Amino acid sequence: MAVTLTIDGRAFQVEAGDNLLHACLSLGFNLPYFCWHPALGSVGACRQCAVKQFRDAGDHAGRLVMACMTPVADGMHLSIEDGEAKSFRASVIEWLMTNHPHDCPVCPEGGECHLQDMTVMTGHVRRRYRFHKRTFRNQYLGPFVAHEMNRCIACYRCVRFYRDYAGGQDFDVFASHRYVYFGRAEDGRLENEFSGNLVEICPTGVFTDKPLGRLYARKWDMAGAPSVCVHCGLGCNVTVNARAGHLRRLLNRYHHQINGYFLCDRGRFGHGFADLPERIRQPLRQSHPLTRDATLRHLAGILPAAKPIGIGSPRASLEANFALRQLVGPDRFHLGLAAEEQRLLSLIIDILQKGPAPAATLADAEQADAVLVLGEDLPNTAPRLALALRQATRRQAFAIAGRLGIPSWLDNAVRDAAQQEKSPLFIATLDATRLDNLATAVFRLPDMEVARLGYAIAQAIDDDAPKVSDGSAEFLSQAQVVAQALAEAQRPLIVAGTSSGSRAVIEAAANLAWALCRRGRAAQLSMVVPECDSLGLALMGGGNLAEAFAAVDAGAVDTFIVLENDLYRRAERSAVDACLNRLRHLLVIDHSSHQTAARAEIFLPAADFAESDGTLVNNEGRAQRFFSVRPPSGGIQESWRWLRDMAAVRHEGEPLPWRQLDDVTAACAKALPGLSDITNAAPGAGFRIAGAKIPRQPQRYSGRTALHADRTMHEPKPAEDPDTPLAYSMEGAATKPPPSLIPFVWAPAWNSVQAINKFQQEVGGPLRGGPAGSLLIHRSRQARRTYLGEVPRPFAPRRGRWWIEPLYAIFGSEELSRMSAPIAEILTSPTVALPPADAARLGITEGALVELRLGGEIRRMPATLHPALPPGTGGLLAGTPESIGLILPGWGEIKACEGTP
Amino acid sequence: MMAGLANVFGILLVLVITAALLTWVERRLLGLWQDRLGPNRVGPAGLLQVVADMIKILFKEDWVPPFADRIGFILAPAIVMAALLLGFAAIPVTPGIGVWPVDGVGLLFILAMISLSVYSTVLGGWASNNKYAILGSLRAVAQMLSYEVFLGLSLLGVVLQARSFDLRQIVAAQAGMWFVVPQFLGFLVFMTAGIAAIHRLPFDLPEAESELTAGFHTEYSGMKFGIFFIGEYVGIVLVSAMLATLFFGGWLGPVLPPLLWFLIKTGAFVAFFILLRAALPRPRYDQLMAFGWKLLLPLALLNLMVTAAVLLAF
Amino acid sequence: MYSLLKTLWLIFLHLFHRRETIEYPERKAYLAPRWRGRIILSRDPDGEERCVACYLCAVACPVDCIALQKGELPGGRWYPEYFRINFSRCIFCGYCEDACPTYAIQLTPDFEMSEYDRRNLVYEKEDLLISGVGKYPGYSFYRVAGLAIPGKDKGQAENEEPPFDPKTLLP
Repeated sequence: MAVTLTIDGRAFQVEAGDNLLHACLSLGFNLPYFCWHPALGSVGACRQCAVKQFRDAGDHAGRLVMACMTPVADGMHLSIEDGEAKSFRASVIEWLMTNHPHDCPVCPEGGECHLQDMTVMTGHVRRRYRFHKRTFRNQYLGPFVAHEMNRCIACYRCVRFYRDYAGGQDFDVFASHRYVYFGRAEDGRLENEFSGNLVEICPTGVFTDKPLGRLYARKWDMAGAPSVCVHCGLGCNVTVNARAGHLRRLLNRYHHQINGYFLCDRGRFGHGFADLPERIRQPLRQSHPLTRDATLRHLAGILPAAKPIGIGSPRASLEANFALRQLVGPDRFHLGLAAEEQRLLSLIIDILQKGPAPAATLADAEQADAVLVLGEDLPNTAPRLALALRQATRRQAFAIAGRLGIPSWLDNAVRDAAQQEKSPLFIATLDATRLDNLATAVFRLPDMEVARLGYAIAQAIDDDAPKVSDGSAEFLSQAQVVAQALAEAQRPLIVAGTSSGSRAVIEAAANLAWALCRRGRAAQLSMVVPECDSLGLALMGGGNLAEAFAAVDAGAVDTFIVLENDLYRRAERSAVDACLNRLRHLLVIDHSSHQTAARAEIFLPAADFAESDGTLVNNEGRAQRFFSVRPPSGGIQESWRWLRDMAAVRHEGEPLPWRQLDDVTAACAKALPGLSDITNAAPGAGFRIAGAKIPRQPQRYSGRTALHADRTMHEPKPAEDPDTPLAYSMEGAATKPPPSLIPFVWAPAWNSVQAINKFQQEVGGPLRGGPAGSLLIHRSRQARRTYLGEVPRPFAPRRGRWWIEPLYAIFGSEELSRMSAPIAEILTSPTVALPPADAARLGITEGALVELRLGGEIRRMPATLHPALPPGTGGLLAGTPESIGLILPGWGEIKACEGTP
Repeated sequence: MMAGLANVFGILLVLVITAALLTWVERRLLGLWQDRLGPNRVGPAGLLQVVADMIKILFKEDWVPPFADRIGFILAPAIVMAALLLGFAAIPVTPGIGVWPVDGVGLLFILAMISLSVYSTVLGGWASNNKYAILGSLRAVAQMLSYEVFLGLSLLGVVLQARSFDLRQIVAAQAGMWFVVPQFLGFLVFMTAGIAAIHRLPFDLPEAESELTAGFHTEYSGMKFGIFFIGEYVGIVLVSAMLATLFFGGWLGPVLPPLLWFLIKTGAFVAFFILLRAALPRPRYDQLMAFGWKLLLPLALLNLMVTAAVLLAF
Repeated sequence: MYSLLKTLWLIFLHLFHRRETIEYPERKAYLAPRWRGRIILSRDPDGEERCVACYLCAVACPVDCIALQKGELPGGRWYPEYFRINFSRCIFCGYCEDACPTYAIQLTPDFEMSEYDRRNLVYEKEDLLISGVGKYPGYSFYRVAGLAIPGKDKGQAENEEPPFDPKTLLP
């Protein structure tokens, strides 16, 4: 409902229900604030957003109110520019600054500091306070976040985010009045996986980006580019910052349907793999550097006679994969996925396309009022989704508050009203997860039992669903409880995914959502996929690795062209070794080196996500474009350009007539009907604002005539960028670009990240200028009428063997982020997780060395005891150098062995 | 034959070198009038500055902008140089020195050549394909068209008095009295129009730096620009020589040899032109036009009528 | 018309005035102490580099001729890993000196820095750093600002209380 608000004599129409600060900011006024945050709500702690409220148009005296604590009401009269309100706000800043250490020149926040912005906005310039400043000692908070407590203005945003929003336990506020201290009880790494958001949430320089500090640059000196996180399948939007060819940091890029204001630490600090000193920047032939021309000559010698197949990658862009597909031909294009994973991904696409339940965005997930997680350790496999589910459990709180007439943004009141009441959240996984403390009930089950639980719940909701005939009474009554909670909800959400490697779990989740839909609930599905382009690759379609290996065995193939993929992560080590040994030529295109790359006859250095452009498809089927922030340097070239060059020297078949990325994207959209909408993911390279490209560099990017002066006096021309509407320069359009092309957020008077307010239609709402990304999965009108699959047989423990499922760690399981320096610093060595009872029977104690036989592989590593594991099961941290090459889940033998770990 | 050739090349060479030297003279004089020294470092009293400048300008890249009309662009500086040098051919320096008397119509020939020189300005501006340049050309055309009218008219008084278009006869006719006395009005009008015709300050609107960067020669550099530059000084010498010949008795004068008299008179005018540059601001474009059509043209006509009336009466 | 003639006459008379030109290099002109010439980096009274690599000079520079990279010494002191001024671009406007919060960058009365090779006009930190305090004796940024550095702990800057222990039970 729109109401009329009169601000400084001008009437505005705003939506009722929100607070005055939100309304004023949405209307474009510059009203200073600190403690309020659109995602955290109002607490009225800082007293900075004071405005004058008048009884009516005739009232000239008025009274000061805190805008963030005052609901918008029809016919309100207020004044932002009122003298008393202005001097009040200036005084508040002056008080806040009495203890500020005045160390902006040596503060990494300087130049993008909300406190600086607000101080300038209120006009406070001269320190009148003549007494002493309070000081604190800082804490070591781990490799991600630096601490400088003296700068604190006590707005409480950090604890409200860390504890209330992200559920962290190891960070709090200590002491009282002017001595309040925000930190941990003692030095140590911040345990919560969202600690990096403190950097953005803190309005001043108390929490700053520690990896950035090692190679620091000010915000105005860093070129930016809109990008998409490559470290999981959720497709969070990020801004990449670079200067002088070095990647400096990653920031959250607001997308109201996906990541909103927050990123996980893997996404924020995982970019270090791109700038490793050992990164290969020249083409290699048998590990010897080659020039580009020599490389192409070698390729020209190899390719015409070769019988190649292409191995794609779920962490390469659609365009790169498509280029490979065109080079070798659709029949010879293989996705580079294990057969099972490919089947799971195809199943997910099928479910999302044909099933009645749509894919949930993260914003949808936050709105779900009952959630069931089947077989996914979300804080480790899809961290940002776990954070969304944390907010989903607060639906109940908002409902209670709503009944009491408390607006949802009045944070403390909502929390007080709700106490510990939470929306239902059920988690069924093998091992404990960090979401468990929010859950209504948790079920510790191996994957087939997780699936059976899903089937049983579906059956309890809809009688037509497949029957779980052999379930125990307790099992069925548990299912009944969950079924009831889900059926009572208006917007239930079912979360499943590929991480347990079980087809039955995914089918059970789909059936469950379908059963809920039949009961008239707006059920949604969130399918977690492992990598940034997993779904896109599955949509493209092609053979799998097993077929590729079989073709080599059959002698039909003697050359692999491997695109940004480490085959050892996809199949058993022995199988990969056997296959690669039979090949005549192994050509690898990648930006990072790995075991497959080490065996390559020719290695072509590919551009990473920060120096190339392309399209990725996230887990809900949303195609999003990522853009380079720096041009490729040295011998590095975008993967699709290498593939195009290979097509040119191949002599047979069509050359690939592509000059820029748009040509590849368009060809891909044309060739593959399922991907026809990828051209809409972002404007093409021809897009201009008032005839100008969009500058990647802020207007005050400094050092242009000195940065390269040590090497050349002839100030090099900025690199051309034929592939995107962005320019490697500070020149170009000065207006705000459309959402998918925002290289950095800045608005006059708003230098901090909070300038995003000025890019949104309303604060906390969608960005101005249309959608970002385009959905590729369109649900067919004829929803599926039959349930999927069949109920798997119950889990039967075997003597002397353990059902080993993959376990995941946010830091360590993902291939690229574990190479990043700050993350590598906190990696732990992988262990075999065992239930304590089973371990005791084997005589294995915590930390003892065990031998694991799985498939044809033998590994030795220490054991850890996980009390949550059901008997007869075990877990192994996936994705580490020690665990790759094992096919999980599977039955493994475990025995104690001699030696120290 | 040989004497003729020596005459031609001698005058040509002296003229071009003089024009080049004038760059030094102008800068030195401007310096003096502005309480500075002017170029004084290269060679004795800075005289070799000219050589240094020549070397510099000759070694600059001979560059034609890719967007320019190549033929016109190259032709333009050649035209101004050729036209003004040809014009000088008709100037009788002394009874013995002078290229070619143009058989009794030398004055008309010079006027024709001066008119022709405007094509260089127009062509240069047009061929540059640059908006400043074309604006400069437009101004040049309008200015030339306007001032040419009374450039000729103002001289008719002299012609009437001398009863000849032949410059030698005009000089000879001033043996009793320099025409500057009876033709003072004509002298003033001709001097003004002459400055305008070779667009010297204060009438340099076609190349007004402060508003048109460099007007018609914005795109020129290197020796092509140098030719424009030298052309301008040849123009100064030509108009000064004409003033000396037509109004101040040319080579006539006591004691000193005729050549020296001619040089002194011409040089005085050259110096005066430089003084004008040092002292006077550039008029606005409409002022220039109004000055020409509303003041100088009536004055020239008046001068012609009075001269004719007086000659008819006596 | 009269004014034009008067102007001509007056200008002509300047022929006989005294020349203002100072014949450098035979005679040198007087340069005031605050003359904006060659840029230097100064040290604080303790002999440490004053520059804290805050990048404010670089961003203030209208011709973008200053480039640097922040480094951090053990203990937390910021310093420039490299500091480069391209004097072939510098216009000696002095904005960098105005922007500098630590009095590190200063302009000096020296302009005689011509070179035959433009590359010699690129001054690195070794070329810029002098061993004195320049125009501002006695000022040390870290004594004023709150950041702790070796030799100056928390609470030892100007107007600071000793560090508070958040775990104390005293109010």
